[in-house]
Amino acid sequence: MDHFAVWIAAFLTMGIVSFLYKDNPWYKLSEAIFVGISAGYWFIALFWDSIYSKFWLGKEADPFLWVGVFLGVLMLLRLIPKIGWISRWPLAFIVGCTSGLYLINFLASNLMRQVQATIQPLFGPDFGASLYAAVGSIVIVVGTFSGLVYFFFSKEHKGAFGATAKLGIWFIMITFGASFGYTVMSRMSLLIGRIDFLLTDWLGLIR
Amino acid sequence: MRREVPLFITLIVGVVFVLQYFIPHYPFNRMNGWFSDWFSIVAAFAIWLGALNLLKISFMKIINRKSDWFYALVIILSFGLMVTVGFAGGEAYREPGTVFSWLYDHVYTPLSATMFAILAFFVASASYRAFRARNLEASLLLGAAFFVMLGRVPIGDWLTSFLPEGYRLPQLATWIMNFPQTAGQRAIMIGIALGLVSTSLRIILGIERSHLGSE
Amino acid sequence: MSTRMKELLTVAVIAVVSVILYLGKVQGWMTGFSFSPTVSYIVIAIITLALLYILYRTIQGKLVDRRTVFVFVAVGVSLPFFMSISQKMPISPEVQQLYEAVAELPPGSKVLVSFDYDPPSAPELQPMAQAFLQYAMRHDLKLIIMGLWPQGPQQANMALEVALADPEIVAKNLEYGVDYVNMGFQVGNEFVIQRMGSDFKSMFPTDYSGHPYEELPLLKNIRNFSNIDFSFNLSAGYPGTQEWVQVAVDRYGLKMGAGNTAVQAPMIYPFLNAGQLNGLLGGMNGAAEFERTVGLLGKGTRFMLSQSFAHVIVIAFILIGNVAFFLGDRKKNQ
Repeated sequence: MDHFAVWIAAFLTMGIVSFLYKDNPWYKLSEAIFVGISAGYWFIALFWDSIYSKFWLGKEADPFLWVGVFLGVLMLLRLIPKIGWISRWPLAFIVGCTSGLYLINFLASNLMRQVQATIQPLFGPDFGASLYAAVGSIVIVVGTFSGLVYFFFSKEHKGAFGATAKLGIWFIMITFGASFGYTVMSRMSLLIGRIDFLLTDWLGLIR
Repeated sequence: MRREVPLFITLIVGVVFVLQYFIPHYPFNRMNGWFSDWFSIVAAFAIWLGALNLLKISFMKIINRKSDWFYALVIILSFGLMVTVGFAGGEAYREPGTVFSWLYDHVYTPLSATMFAILAFFVASASYRAFRARNLEASLLLGAAFFVMLGRVPIGDWLTSFLPEGYRLPQLATWIMNFPQTAGQRAIMIGIALGLVSTSLRIILGIERSHLGSE
Repeated sequence: MSTRMKELLTVAVIAVVSVILYLGKVQGWMTGFSFSPTVSYIVIAIITLALLYILYRTIQGKLVDRRTVFVFVAVGVSLPFFMSISQKMPISPEVQQLYEAVAELPPGSKVLVSFDYDPPSAPELQPMAQAFLQYAMRHDLKLIIMGLWPQGPQQANMALEVALADPEIVAKNLEYGVDYVNMGFQVGNEFVIQRMGSDFKSMFPTDYSGHPYEELPLLKNIRNFSNIDFSFNLSAGYPGTQEWVQVAVDRYGLKMGAGNTAVQAPMIYPFLNAGQLNGLLGGMNGAAEFERTVGLLGKGTRFMLSQSFAHVIVIAFILIGNVAFFLGDRKKNQ
């Protein structure tokens, strides 16, 4: 059984890799299996972990869970075109929940907290902070401020405002560069993971 | 009914979530609990809807004998297989040793992992063909990428080993990540937060209603 | 011979070679091989020469085919697996910060570990998970595992399997439900975290295998985040570290560290700078550094040579493309 398992995994891995040469039936077969298995995985995971464990086991203690199921069933009505409009009700519920939570979360954590963290004293009361940290703090203040100015499109980017926006775009370019570097790192890591499977687990080439 | 009810639901639910942050007491804490529980259940149904929709499209492809209908059949069969073993396995359906777990380890894992792994090849190819230092902005991007890529792997330390400790490529990469990168990232983060907060407010108040579609 | 025939022949050759190699592995007449340092340096020299040839061709205006680049990447990433070159790895401050936050936890502290990733991100996050769980178990920290991604708890089980095989941990006779527990997955993204802030049990009425919450002694006194001493989040996207910071850290005051895929890590740095996070492991490099810090070398460390090669190859391709671009430009101007 172990031999079969490792060969199936290798067959499917090579099927996806074959796309690098060109689109072909082996790739299409592997892709179709992936789509089906993946949808089936989510379907089952959500059944047991959410609908069964949360609703079915908890409905007696909290009868209000039936409302969630009612909204969920309304969502499925989208599959029937004639009465599909009813699915807007659960959709409105989802959108309402998300908007309410996002409004607070992003305001508190991604806006206020970040502004607060940007405006920091350069040195402590006893002048204890290092020059490295102080310079870093200045870079963060200048970079964040100029970056925000760049995103402000209600005023024409000219004069001092334009110069600040220009500085902002430089900071944003450095950010994108670092993100690109990290993306390369990530993609290569995933490839290394698959090559490790092929060379070690499948073919046993590495000592 | 088609527009008014959804707008009312969004308003009530949105306002409750905002209020419960400031007043985490009865009745808002209780309502927050209900809404969060319902959200989990509705989200499960929403993902089911996606899976069922995929099945519907695949069936239509087979019935109409569209090109590649064979692959639509493979999708349905593999979906059916996963769902059957998942239901048959009961509550402990994915314990190690079950068929579901076997399919996860030897079919789902290699397929999903390889699907993302092959992106590495396209990143390398794009770097060779399209990544050019045409102007100052592109040069800054390229420079930051260069230093971060080298500084984050041991070879960066080896290449600059002639420099004193603390002034080598890894430290430069750390400095870029912690200061100029963080500054740019924070500007983007604050910008996105402002956009999200205003959009959320517009949705709750019913000014933004494009998600409800046309009449 | 037609192209179709050539393609079929290539597939057949690959299949036959694979079968022979596999039989060799199974029968034991092939035990794998590795390069000595001298051979490793010769291989590096050959790769460099090949890159110089590509540079020469590109300057001449002949861009190499994308498939050549693909082959180059595959070979460049595979060969380091066979090399035996030791590398020095400095520890970044964000990794050190996470280590210190975990190291100062007294034995018996309750640590919540959320596995928010799926198999594609496993090469980066699994080594972090493995090292973290192993270190925590060796130091008698109580682990409460969960996932906001359905695949997460399954990845957690794989990491647990490795950690529980460690002789030092075997000697401790750790018991499921008393020393560690896997709560499984719950759908609902940040709403799950939000609800856990007031009531853990409402989101996880049973564990991964279906045992009721009340039957697990470790969870007896755990009602919400105020009963958790530290949290570690392994994240590959949404829902992940950002959502944990927004709800659990900023709203409920949970102390947290994070391990992220490299794609996501740059976006998390502002949270680290603002003190919302106690340490960050970014990508495989972060995993390798953490392994080194806790003294449990694993796949993160083993893969770093390949990672180094991969970065150098991408940088080389960027440089080749740019050198050719500027030289070509000069020729045009002349």
